[in-house]
Amino acid sequence: MSSTLNTAAVILLAAILTNNILLSRFMGMCSFLAVSRTMRTSWGMGLAVTFVTVCTALLNYAIYHGVLVKGAPLCPVDLTHLTYLVFIMVIAGFVQLVEMAFERFSPALHQALGIYLPLITVNCAILGVNVLMIDPDRSFGLLETAAYGLGSGLGYLLATCVMAGLRQRLEHADVPKALQGLGIAVIVTGLMAMAFLGFAGVVEL
Amino acid sequence: MEYVSALLVLSVLGGALAALLVAADRLLCNYGPCAVRVNDREPFVVDGGGTLLDALYARRIFIPSACGGQGTCGYCKVQVRSGGGGVLPTERAYLRAEEIADGVRLACQVKVRQDLTLAIREDYLGVQEFTAVVTAARLVTHDTREIHLQLTQPPEIDFRPGQYVQVRVPARGAPTFRAYSISSPPGRKDAVELLVRRVPGGVGSTYLHRVQPGAEVAFTGPYGEFVLDENPLAELVCVGGGCGMAPMRSILRHLAEAQPLRPCRLFYGARTARDAMYLEEFGELQRRMPDLHVYYALSEPARADDGWDGETGFVHESVRAHLSEGGERQAFLCGPPAMIQATRAVLREKHVPDERVFADEF
Repeated sequence: MSSTLNTAAVILLAAILTNNILLSRFMGMCSFLAVSRTMRTSWGMGLAVTFVTVCTALLNYAIYHGVLVKGAPLCPVDLTHLTYLVFIMVIAGFVQLVEMAFERFSPALHQALGIYLPLITVNCAILGVNVLMIDPDRSFGLLETAAYGLGSGLGYLLATCVMAGLRQRLEHADVPKALQGLGIAVIVTGLMAMAFLGFAGVVEL
Repeated sequence: MEYVSALLVLSVLGGALAALLVAADRLLCNYGPCAVRVNDREPFVVDGGGTLLDALYARRIFIPSACGGQGTCGYCKVQVRSGGGGVLPTERAYLRAEEIADGVRLACQVKVRQDLTLAIREDYLGVQEFTAVVTAARLVTHDTREIHLQLTQPPEIDFRPGQYVQVRVPARGAPTFRAYSISSPPGRKDAVELLVRRVPGGVGSTYLHRVQPGAEVAFTGPYGEFVLDENPLAELVCVGGGCGMAPMRSILRHLAEAQPLRPCRLFYGARTARDAMYLEEFGELQRRMPDLHVYYALSEPARADDGWDGETGFVHESVRAHLSEGGERQAFLCGPPAMIQATRAVLREKHVPDERVFADEF
């Protein structure tokens, strides 16, 4: 039991630092670039992504191992070819739920994040995490999946907030006209990714 | 066997998700009945979840709204005393700090989620919805159309010169409204005239350039805070550009009947000679009003306009050239924001107090 917890903790740390879904695998870039303009939207988006990633990872883990896999308890037939379809449906439904909850409980955040919430549906970071966690080479259990989902979400949150801080300073910097806005943002992302490479070897995933 | 299981699994999963979302919708998006109280009147009840603007319109309280609830015109300001929630980012673009402190909000952005109390101008409560029939329509310049609307229900409208109406433009989805100044004098109560300039892609101008005599048009009104000074000695200065001619026509045609000896100056700015409208009509008005002076200024005269004997340049420069300093007067401006800003500066140079200057921006 304690070794599973250890593994889970290691996975959590690795997902945030070494195998950052955004900076190491470059998934989820479009919403990252759009939302990292202000700190407020970065926080909101990061938390939303974390929440959705953890919940959908757990849900999809249950569905994958309970229904889709060959010999699964609920359906013995091998239905793994339905994986992407099922995962996307679950993510989409879940995001819809999150949007409704936002609108009910925090209209200001709902207005601020506006278009980005539906974008989480097709955010490849979330689908990426879901698909990676069922990778047979890793053989994640439930706890490891939860840790991986949480770690990826937090890694996304970390990268987005750091980016927001940097971009707020970039607004006052003397950037060449051709690079202003997205150009310099992407360059800075690359530099951040190189910085995060420094974590390589800290934990092995 | 595999086909059946695949289909079954997908259907069950899809169905479960759909059921979950419907339940969430019922639970989360259901705000229940909310009581809305306007100006200390009896509160009325609406189903929560919609915008305040929709709730008011459903109750036939037609506050001004030019963009039809999209949050792009800033006309639908109301003072929410309680129950409005926090100010949204979409509203901040149209509200000044003092207005926000006073509780002024954009009705089209405020969602009714709980009991609400608000205050609006009393004359908005008198605004009605009218249906009218197009009796005549003609082009007065290459892109501006004069439309005559004969009222059917209610048969009469009471308005002040310089006010505007909001025409209901049928559109896919919810109907939308666009504001147009009334160009006919208030003496004529059973009909209104509108001047519509065709804006490429504009939903209101496209609709109004297409309606033919016999077609039915609906509008709400009258709106507008301009009050004409009745003092027969106060000089009236009208400065307009483009479609700003409409309210000027209403004011001057009204004065031609009510106070023909009133000193008036009309400054109208257009780009080329073919954009200048109603030259003959104002010539005729000048015969009836000996103290009416009309100045047309062309800012970009085309080469074909060599025979133009009027002014050239921007209209506010004409004002500077022809308006004397000081004196009892009232000014009415109607045109693009740049023109209004420049003209306000010139009027200040001529010692016209700011509170005597009224501007209709579009």
